[in-house]
Amino acid sequence: MVPLNHVIALSAILFTIGVIGVATRRNLIVMLMSIELMLNAANLAFVGFNRIWSQVEGTPTIDGQIFVLMVITVAAAEVAVGLGILLSMFRNRDSVNVEEVNLLKW
Amino acid sequence: MVDFGTESDLLRWIPLLPLLVAIHHGVSIGVLRRPTPPRVAAVFSCAAVLLSFVLSCIAFRDLLALPADSRVLIDDVYTWIGAGIGSSAISAEVSFRLDPLSAVMILIVTFVGSMIHIYSIGYMEDDHRDDRGTQRFFCYLNLFTFSMLVLVLGDNLVLMFLGWEGVGLCSYLLIGFWYSDSWNAYCGSKAFIVNRIGDFGFLIGILLLFGALSETGHPAISFAGIEEHFDGIVGMTVAVPEWMPFGPEWKLVNVIALCFFLGACGKSAQIPLYVWLPDAMAGPTPVSALIHAATMVTAGVYMVCRLSFLYAAAPEVSAVIAWTGAITALVAATIAITQNDIKKVLAYSTVSQLGYMFMAAGCGGYTAAIFHLGTHAFFKALLFLAAGAVILAMHHEQDMQKMGGLWHRLRMTRVVFFAGVYAIAGFPPFSGFFSKDEILVAVWVSDVPGHMWLYGIGMATAGMTAFYMFRLWFLTFCGECRAPNGVRNQIEDPNGFVLNPLWVLAFFSVVAGMAGLPQVWGDIIGIEESNSLANFLKPALVAGEPHLIEHSTELWMAASAVGIALAGTALAWLFYIRKPGVPGWLAEHLSGFYRTLLNKYYVDEFYDAVIVRPLVAVSDRVLYRFIDVRLIDGIGANGTARGIRAIAADGLKYAQSGLTQSYVLFMIVGAVAIVGYLLR
Repeated sequence: MVPLNHVIALSAILFTIGVIGVATRRNLIVMLMSIELMLNAANLAFVGFNRIWSQVEGTPTIDGQIFVLMVITVAAAEVAVGLGILLSMFRNRDSVNVEEVNLLKW
Repeated sequence: MVDFGTESDLLRWIPLLPLLVAIHHGVSIGVLRRPTPPRVAAVFSCAAVLLSFVLSCIAFRDLLALPADSRVLIDDVYTWIGAGIGSSAISAEVSFRLDPLSAVMILIVTFVGSMIHIYSIGYMEDDHRDDRGTQRFFCYLNLFTFSMLVLVLGDNLVLMFLGWEGVGLCSYLLIGFWYSDSWNAYCGSKAFIVNRIGDFGFLIGILLLFGALSETGHPAISFAGIEEHFDGIVGMTVAVPEWMPFGPEWKLVNVIALCFFLGACGKSAQIPLYVWLPDAMAGPTPVSALIHAATMVTAGVYMVCRLSFLYAAAPEVSAVIAWTGAITALVAATIAITQNDIKKVLAYSTVSQLGYMFMAAGCGGYTAAIFHLGTHAFFKALLFLAAGAVILAMHHEQDMQKMGGLWHRLRMTRVVFFAGVYAIAGFPPFSGFFSKDEILVAVWVSDVPGHMWLYGIGMATAGMTAFYMFRLWFLTFCGECRAPNGVRNQIEDPNGFVLNPLWVLAFFSVVAGMAGLPQVWGDIIGIEESNSLANFLKPALVAGEPHLIEHSTELWMAASAVGIALAGTALAWLFYIRKPGVPGWLAEHLSGFYRTLLNKYYVDEFYDAVIVRPLVAVSDRVLYRFIDVRLIDGIGANGTARGIRAIAADGLKYAQSGLTQSYVLFMIVGAVAIVGYLLR
């Protein structure tokens, strides 16, 4: 069986990659992908912890998996909206560079 | 013995009728903005008050049908304010109480009120200053009648206070009735503000009395309830600071009684709060007659009599009342001597006569006070209304120095006017003679400290009253006519609406004394029990000592009162008919004294310098310019706005850079901070 530490380590690595991606890249598509990466890192942690939880309780539980389904749904919705924004942005500016979208400032 | 009374559903309609008409008038001019024709509005108002009078008579008859020692009618309408539970529960009922005291009052209020309402039809007819004026006037007048009736019929102090404030409001509205002249508005405000001071005392008195009764476990609020449990608070004391006089403990009843008397001082224009009444003459003359002579200003006397059980337990305060009344009577009479405005003379005369009533009440002569209240209501209303007739005839001229010789021109008015003058001067057998005598006897037999001095002051005031009233009479009706030529040929008696109520009031000014004919006169003309008013009132009041006085002494006192009134009259005749130069000569040679009197002892100027100006200065400089403008506006409101602008507009706004990456950075830093905090 894969130990919990490994699962958490993988999840943390994936999450960090996601955060760095969002923070450093200027391409909106890549940023969205990074966000997906972070969400999936969280999903991985959920699933991993769920297994430990089942052992502690003594009975199999699926709370973590249910939460993962929830997150996937939210992620799907978020991608739909995000890609919609991206599309209209590209139509208007011929670019997906977020540095060019800075009208809303002081 | 405390009597909780017999039920009667009639009483509520007595105050309700004028209220309904007042609401009708108010709605049609204020809300619908379609005034009723003036005559119709006036007829409505008069009908309401006349009906109230009829109902009062019926209620009075019902009251007389009861046995003499349990003459109380109660009309419980509904619970107005209810609070608390169990033994601490209070409820202020809207409930009306008719006992001999309030019966006398409502008869006076509704009867004199009806006469004055009818008079007003004629008096306000030529008033074209405002197209809605007539209805507005009658609206206020009816509202006043309602409030006054609530005041006297109210069965508890809270309801009485409602009426008390109501009459004050109507007084204010009616003094400033012709508000386009700012002087009238000023006088109205002055009356209102000075009355506030008294009302403050009244309210404190109610709360103290209620608090004390609650401590005994009987939080009563109706008069019967208060009287029943009153013995429990007689022994209570309040601690006061060492430096206060009569310290370190005051009797609670004295404090309560003083607070109530402060209220009476304000409403009934006694020293030190009398200054508003002379200025209240800025209102229309019927108002001066109804509110500022016959009814509202007597509310203080009524209140002291209503709480006679309280004042009987506070003899020190009773002495204060007697002395305040006596000094007011004397001071106001001296001022009245020098005034030239016909209404001002009558106003100071009213203050003086009210002082008389308080002197009687303070000496325990509550029946004498109410008796004089009644006769005074008739003859002073008559005098004011007759003066109003004169003023109408003179085309709104009020200066007596520009009148004179009206004897030949106002052939009707002169008769009624003379009846009033004769009654107030105290000549037998007119009403003023008997009531004034009763007061002097009550003062004579009382045990108030220095009551012989009080008697002397009463006699001196009686003489001065005769003097200034006949001065007014001679200046107005005798001698040469001093009116300008244009007016002189147009002087004629007023119309029937004005004149007929005068005849009625004159009749009662003459005969009202018979209601309280002192026993000594009853014995002479052979009536077994003559002082019917006093006997009727006695169960409602805490009876003082019976008159322990020889009939011969009483007759001698009456004779000397008439003598001093005659002397005053003769002096007035000498000054203003026989040797018209004398007043001028006196004014010249005693100019300091004369000027002091003419300027009313400079009391207004004194109040202005000591109270009004410092108050205005503090309000303006400290409260307005410093606290309001600097603190609340400057630091509070604008300061907050400036502070937020300094932080947000000049600093935080740069966080909104428009760079997505920086927002992401903030988010990450925030998330890390929160997680770091949770994992600490």
